[in-house]
Amino acid sequence: MKRWPFVIGFFALLLGIWEMLVRMKIWSPVLLPSPLSVGSYLVGALQDGTLEQASMVTMRRLLAGYALGLLFGLPLGLVTARFKLCEDTLGVLALGLQTLPSVCWVPLALLWFGQTESAMLFVVIMGTLWSVIIATDNGVRTVPPIYARAARTMGAKQLYTWVKVIVPASLPYIVGGMKQGWAFAWRSLMAAEIFVTILTGFGLGHLLQYGRELQAMDQVIGIMLVIILIGLLADKILFSPWERFLHRRWGTEKA
Amino acid sequence: MMAIRDELQNVAPEKLTVEGVSKWFRTRHVVVHALDNVSLNVREGEFVCLVGPSGCGKSTLLNIIAGLEIPDSGRVLADGKPVTGPGRERMMMFQESALFPWLDVMSNVLFGLRLKPNLTRKERREVAKYYLHLVGLDKFMQANIHELSGGMKQRVALARALAPNPRVLLMDEPFAALDALTREQLYGDIQRIWEERKKTIVFVTHNVREAACLGDRVVLFSPHPGRIQEKFIVDLPRPRDINSVDLAQYSTEITRALKRHLNPDLAEVAE
Repeated sequence: MKRWPFVIGFFALLLGIWEMLVRMKIWSPVLLPSPLSVGSYLVGALQDGTLEQASMVTMRRLLAGYALGLLFGLPLGLVTARFKLCEDTLGVLALGLQTLPSVCWVPLALLWFGQTESAMLFVVIMGTLWSVIIATDNGVRTVPPIYARAARTMGAKQLYTWVKVIVPASLPYIVGGMKQGWAFAWRSLMAAEIFVTILTGFGLGHLLQYGRELQAMDQVIGIMLVIILIGLLADKILFSPWERFLHRRWGTEKA
Repeated sequence: MMAIRDELQNVAPEKLTVEGVSKWFRTRHVVVHALDNVSLNVREGEFVCLVGPSGCGKSTLLNIIAGLEIPDSGRVLADGKPVTGPGRERMMMFQESALFPWLDVMSNVLFGLRLKPNLTRKERREVAKYYLHLVGLDKFMQANIHELSGGMKQRVALARALAPNPRVLLMDEPFAALDALTREQLYGDIQRIWEERKKTIVFVTHNVREAACLGDRVVLFSPHPGRIQEKFIVDLPRPRDINSVDLAQYSTEITRALKRHLNPDLAEVAE
């Protein structure tokens, strides 16, 4: 309970420093707008619905791409951990492609799919898939073999052991991988929205890019704040409950 | 309710026959001859301890009896039928409890029961409760695994192994990682449970005194390659106390034999 004043104080301090820098007029207000003008942009954008609409468009793309990335990434990660052949082929491919920053997929996506939703989706999936594969694979490999042996002596067959032992045992790593995948998906989508101009829906990335084109710094900073906020909320809403559960069960909670 | 009573009824313990079992482990650099032509008979309901220094193949033999590993030659018979793979007739307990940290105590005990057909949900829970009570942990059904002490973990592991009502219990140094006091309690418990549940038990340990305390028979292994050297019958009344003088005589005798087999030259000099 007592943490709240500190948290609020910390962010108030940040705002205060920001406002002070503006007041000192080191940079032109075109380059560094005051917190107030950013706030009023956000209020305006909320009132005319631009912000909600853009957020919706962005979230829809994000969730679709992320879900597809997980849908393929989780099973593929299990497969690469299980079969040597898959490890040597798909595993190596995933490792290689994971090192490729997702923004590097944008030129290819534009040429393949044109300025379409598919291009966006493709970039997000490419951003998510490989890291999810690698995290899942890694998680499964860290499962102590004794769990599987114990299950086998209790009469568990291969598939049952996988579903009931290997997968739950690697859950902490899989959730970690899903979280990382989410972060990558978010980054790749922003890259895609900034670079892929399309007419089927303006996302937050587009608003950011238009802000730049119009030299509207209040818009640029405002949208950046929204992007941060959504990332933060997703983390708290999507992953925190899972992590809390895992920490409680596994006893990995910090005392 | 009838079904639960049937389920909890003692099943006939199995007779185990190990016939000329040999096993090699090959890695890229070395070939380890883990077991060399090992033969052993375990009577129905007998408590047999396998003793020997590390690397003598006693754990390997246990894994082969469990069906987790396949011998390179020879075979294991359970009641005359060859063992071809793991099965719930022969349950195994490990040095690390091998409990599943994503499940609570109750669900861990239920794990093996879920794999047993013809039990309803309610019956499985009743059975699990019975065994948790047997090991003295009925108050900890909802506890997470990490909340338990080492001794409690091994009790849960014992309950989990007993729950599907196996005919044989295979124990691989189950008490090695525990402190002396906890171990002593568990010696008492395991003897009580063994008499109550009538299991054939094969118990692997490197602790001679522990073996003499628990076993009807102590089988002595020597390493490189793993061979049975001697068998001792421990003829003492139960329950046995690990600190008793009679037991000390047995364990001295076995330890002396162990040293003799380990390092024949040295033992002769000492004698």
